[in-house]
Amino acid sequence: MEKIFGLPSTVLEQMTHQFCPGCGHGIVDSLLMHELEEMGVKENTAIVWPVGCSPMAGSVSTINQVSAAHGRAAAVATGLKRSSKDTFVICYQGDGDLAAIGTAETIHAANRGENITVIFGNNSIYGMTGGQMAPTTMLGQLSTTTQSGRNSEQHGNPIRMAEIIAGLEAPKFVARYSVHDAKHVMQTKQGIKKALEVNKNGGYSFIEVVTMCPTGWKMTPEQSVKKIVEENLKVFPLGVLKEVD
Amino acid sequence: MKKEFLKGNEAMAEAAVRAGCRFFAGYPITPQNEIPEHLSRRLFEVGGEFVQAESEVAASYMVYGSSMTGTRCMTSSSGCGLALKAEGIGYITGARLPAVVINVGRGGPGLGQILPSQQDYLSATKAPSNGGARAFVLAPSNVQEAVDLVYEAFDIADKYRCVCYVLTDGVIGNMMEGVVLPEMRDLSSLPDKSDWVVTKRGPGPNTQFGNKRIITSWQNTGEELEATNQVFADMLEGWKANETRYEAYQMDDAEVVFAAYGTSARVAKTVVNKMRAEGIKAGLLRPITLFPFPEKPFEALDAAKVKKVICLEMSIPGQLIEDVRAFVDKKIPVEHFGRSGGVILKPEEAYEASKKML
Amino acid sequence: MEKSLLIAGFGGQGVMLIGKTLCLTANDNGMNATFFPAYGTAQRGGTANCTCIISDEEIGSPVCETFDNLIVMNEPSYQKFAPTLKEGGEIILNSSMVTSRPADGVKYYAIDSIKIANDLGNTKVANMVILGAYIAVAGNLDVDQVKEQVKHALHGKEALFDINMKAIDAGIAAVKSA
Repeated sequence: MEKIFGLPSTVLEQMTHQFCPGCGHGIVDSLLMHELEEMGVKENTAIVWPVGCSPMAGSVSTINQVSAAHGRAAAVATGLKRSSKDTFVICYQGDGDLAAIGTAETIHAANRGENITVIFGNNSIYGMTGGQMAPTTMLGQLSTTTQSGRNSEQHGNPIRMAEIIAGLEAPKFVARYSVHDAKHVMQTKQGIKKALEVNKNGGYSFIEVVTMCPTGWKMTPEQSVKKIVEENLKVFPLGVLKEVD
Repeated sequence: MKKEFLKGNEAMAEAAVRAGCRFFAGYPITPQNEIPEHLSRRLFEVGGEFVQAESEVAASYMVYGSSMTGTRCMTSSSGCGLALKAEGIGYITGARLPAVVINVGRGGPGLGQILPSQQDYLSATKAPSNGGARAFVLAPSNVQEAVDLVYEAFDIADKYRCVCYVLTDGVIGNMMEGVVLPEMRDLSSLPDKSDWVVTKRGPGPNTQFGNKRIITSWQNTGEELEATNQVFADMLEGWKANETRYEAYQMDDAEVVFAAYGTSARVAKTVVNKMRAEGIKAGLLRPITLFPFPEKPFEALDAAKVKKVICLEMSIPGQLIEDVRAFVDKKIPVEHFGRSGGVILKPEEAYEASKKML
Repeated sequence: MEKSLLIAGFGGQGVMLIGKTLCLTANDNGMNATFFPAYGTAQRGGTANCTCIISDEEIGSPVCETFDNLIVMNEPSYQKFAPTLKEGGEIILNSSMVTSRPADGVKYYAIDSIKIANDLGNTKVANMVILGAYIAVAGNLDVDQVKEQVKHALHGKEALFDINMKAIDAGIAAVKSA
């Protein structure tokens, strides 16, 4: 029998990932692992995985891995890349990490046009710590720290990081995708490919991926997908926000 | 060799370049600004990189990122800036990465003052970050020694894969003094780090799954972290046994012993000379490594001979005195005289105050 | 032999330049020297100041409360620092801007640096007049070596060599005729 599809060599077969059922992080990580294999850069890539759910893919990846403190991935990536120009440097961060505690690092690495790719998994919640409000939580959304729903007076509004990054001069590719269905997963794959190509050619790229967190949202995976379509994508519209050749 | 006349901060920055430092990230804060200013120009001349970071926190992580590539790297700051860098210092320490940190001390706590102070002794020597992280702490007392110790700090950091912390103050950073700069290190002569850097694959101390390198301060189980803590503990014992350094000045027959480091030690030397001229048998013990602390010369002070130990510090309350008291024979009284807040300790007042203690 | 000197004045009067020139000369001559500028908030309030210590031997403290010599360039500096002169020490007063005079028994030289500089044709060399005066008073540095340092500092402005050298000589002469 011919094997026509399987795990890339960037992922360990004997290990299983630890993501919850219906979580989107695993999909994004999987796309990234496939893409790194296809691009032939797996031997000289370092992925910066900071704190939160996002780094859990590290336990099944064979790519060289760096752990960063909460929010500091882009700063770590800056130092790493500047001192090793031949290394392909990628940050994979969640929303608490990238859009709250690491906002300064995120924006300034983008503004300097560091030669890195930042992949931002936006699931509108702090998953790892048990479902607290994130800066990207929808208005009205329940969380353990917005128990009657997020309201803008008290908590501010969901922050649109891709738009903020796209407003800067230096970034070469900024886009937002979603992984709530197969069609969008394929679009995300193309986006990651494009972002990594920009990286290879020497530029900063930023991909925001809207994903589901059924555990944190206290929903079934099906309800989560429905919420993405009906709520999240209205606040976080998909598409390429900036592309510079 | 030509003795140049250089400002402490500038001289330390140049010493770093000559030691092979090829990456610096920092954030402006007085009184250390000449360090990033000098390096912003010099590092590019020698093929290195300089980043003016968005914060001290970010700067500490840029150094973390650079160090894991095997590059000799450094950051510098002062007072409250070090409080921000503490987070990164912990990650660097926990991940067993080498890095050099210079603190050109200013007054505190909090924003404090931009003027010279030695108020960071305890934070540097006892708890430069969370989780019991320790750094190797060197304290120069003149510009030449600042240059020599910064130059050597990179070797110490590489040898132990630790943070080597150079604790100075605004006097040493901002004064000019004659100095002979060391020669430029040939980068190919530096220690080989290929068995652990994240920019390579293959077996090493931090390899998983055959080829994958991982740089982290995270441990999967309590037992694994405990084992790592034990590795650190053994390393610190080794430092204590092999790496302590101090200067003993006029100590052979000393009956009054001053304990001081950095700028205060220079003030103490002036006081010792003045007392000696009057026939008072004064001497100075000057720790050069603040951590590991040179316990032995303090333990060796003979209560039958030494009448008093006086700690001179630019800190109120005293901080060095806590270590001195811990190791000096309890029969010998240990007292403190200091100024703080950016008020520089002067030899005249130190002499007067010390005389009253005799 | 160790000599401590405090130089104080308004920013722009050449306080730091004078101090650095003296210390550089000593350093190049194989002596030990420390130059410590007051910075930050200590600098504000009318005075910029620096401490220079020059010695044949190892220098202990680079800062002190009392000095062998003072150079005071303006009245606020005089008010603030005159009490820091050691017994038997000497003050150089920039009498163009300092109206007070020390108490009886204190040795001082009142140098009208601005007038002397103007007579030479350039107010800006007033600081070199003071520098010359100090060399004459201190007597621990060679005039020609100090002049070489000044020329070095003026690198690229060779046209200014002559007037600066004349200003140093005029400062020396002013002390000798005092």
